Amino acid sequence: MSVAGHAPPPFFRRGLAPVARLIFFIALSLALLITDLRFRTLEWVRLAVATAAWPLQRVAYLPIDAGGDVSNYFSRLSSLIGENERLRQQQLNTANLLLRQKHLEDENRRLRVLMEMKERHPVEGRIAEILYAARDPFARRVIIDKGAQQGIEAGQAVVDEIGVIGQVVRVFPLTSEVSLLTDKEQAIPIQVQRNGLRAVLEGAGAGVMELRFLATNAEVEIGDVLITSGLDGVYLPGLPVAKVIEIDRSNSGSFSRIRCAPLAGVERRGLVLVMGSRTGLPERPEEPETDAKTKRSVTSIKAERRRR
Amino acid sequence: MSGSQASNASNRILRPVSVAFIVLTLFASMLANLIPFGRFPGIPDWVALTLVFWCIHQPLRVGMGAAFVLGLVMDVADASVMGQHSLAYVVLAFTAATLSRRILWFPLAQQAIHVLPMLLATQLIMVIARMVAGAEFPGLWWFLSSFTATALWHPLTHVLLLPQFQPEDKDVHRPI
Repeated sequence: MSVAGHAPPPFFRRGLAPVARLIFFIALSLALLITDLRFRTLEWVRLAVATAAWPLQRVAYLPIDAGGDVSNYFSRLSSLIGENERLRQQQLNTANLLLRQKHLEDENRRLRVLMEMKERHPVEGRIAEILYAARDPFARRVIIDKGAQQGIEAGQAVVDEIGVIGQVVRVFPLTSEVSLLTDKEQAIPIQVQRNGLRAVLEGAGAGVMELRFLATNAEVEIGDVLITSGLDGVYLPGLPVAKVIEIDRSNSGSFSRIRCAPLAGVERRGLVLVMGSRTGLPERPEEPETDAKTKRSVTSIKAERRRR
Repeated sequence: MSGSQASNASNRILRPVSVAFIVLTLFASMLANLIPFGRFPGIPDWVALTLVFWCIHQPLRVGMGAAFVLGLVMDVADASVMGQHSLAYVVLAFTAATLSRRILWFPLAQQAIHVLPMLLATQLIMVIARMVAGAEFPGLWWFLSSFTATALWHPLTHVLLLPQFQPEDKDVHRPI
């Protein structure tokens, strides 16, 4: 306050010192980082902002869209004719299989009724198009053009015509985010098609996956095809997933390092099928005794031992 | 000295900046960042580049607050972890504002050399924040975007200062 009772002239007012402001904003950012990574409670903020930014996102997508249209326009007639021919042949091949599958499904249902087994529920699919790869360079994710409005739910499996490509992880009103199998945070329960050996396949980034925690003497060979085991209740059993490309048993640990390449067109653009959630699964078994109880029992055993 | 209108060493006086133009350019850069190029290397982070430009030229108008908000928007748009971009942008804004009085005395090419380490540090902060959380390393090619952004410093300066280069009294016979 100046002597005359006036406020100080505005050109000397500076607010908080820059370093103090820096520390404040860094602390705020770190708090956000930790909240999002550890507790995942910020999804509603993300949903709100993403919905508001949807028109902007479409505008930004226009140049890529236009580029695709232009390249389509100039694609050669001969290549189109060739592709048409190939697709026709493929359709004939699959028609044969499809006709027989209808027959087999009927037969299977009759046999299941005869054996009084629970019927397997058919799973419906929804066709979606991969719009683009998410910009985040630290994760392997793509955005598809179907969202909550079309009945997509988080957790659904996504496949293409060859095999599994990933899983829906985040749903927005009109789009959803699919985490690809090669993402580092993605895991899928599989079995080896040749001998039925079960394991968990985890993404390792850069277009490869790793079969973790298989003993060095486990029976896996290069070229083995891995299919979903269906144990998680998310993926249907029997979908092709990956192929073993490299086995390194020289590691000093008791596990071998098994690298696999995805079979489906993971990290490519095109049409995909979002599988409906599996229904009619048996109830999960009861969880074992709570941690607190087991801990208490362990400590009491230790105490008894000490007394002896 | 030609081309040095954008540095303090020039004796040309710029017109005052309009806040609406700053907001417009930041919005446009955000839109440019939303264009999905996937993993194509060398696409500059337009928001970081525009932000560092205004933090250097107008440190009293654009600062850490704007950087924080822009960072949050980019976090959502990129589907990355909340706080990753805002942390990096806040540090970028602080460094740019601190160095602005020094940088503006250099010609444009040397200004760009000052900007490069700032942009690289921004990317490094993001890498550290994500890799601590267990994400995969995006590869060395990802850092190429800072170098393309640096190469764009010269043309960008001329584009963003265009409204301030306009003469005070317009001559109707010479529209440009």
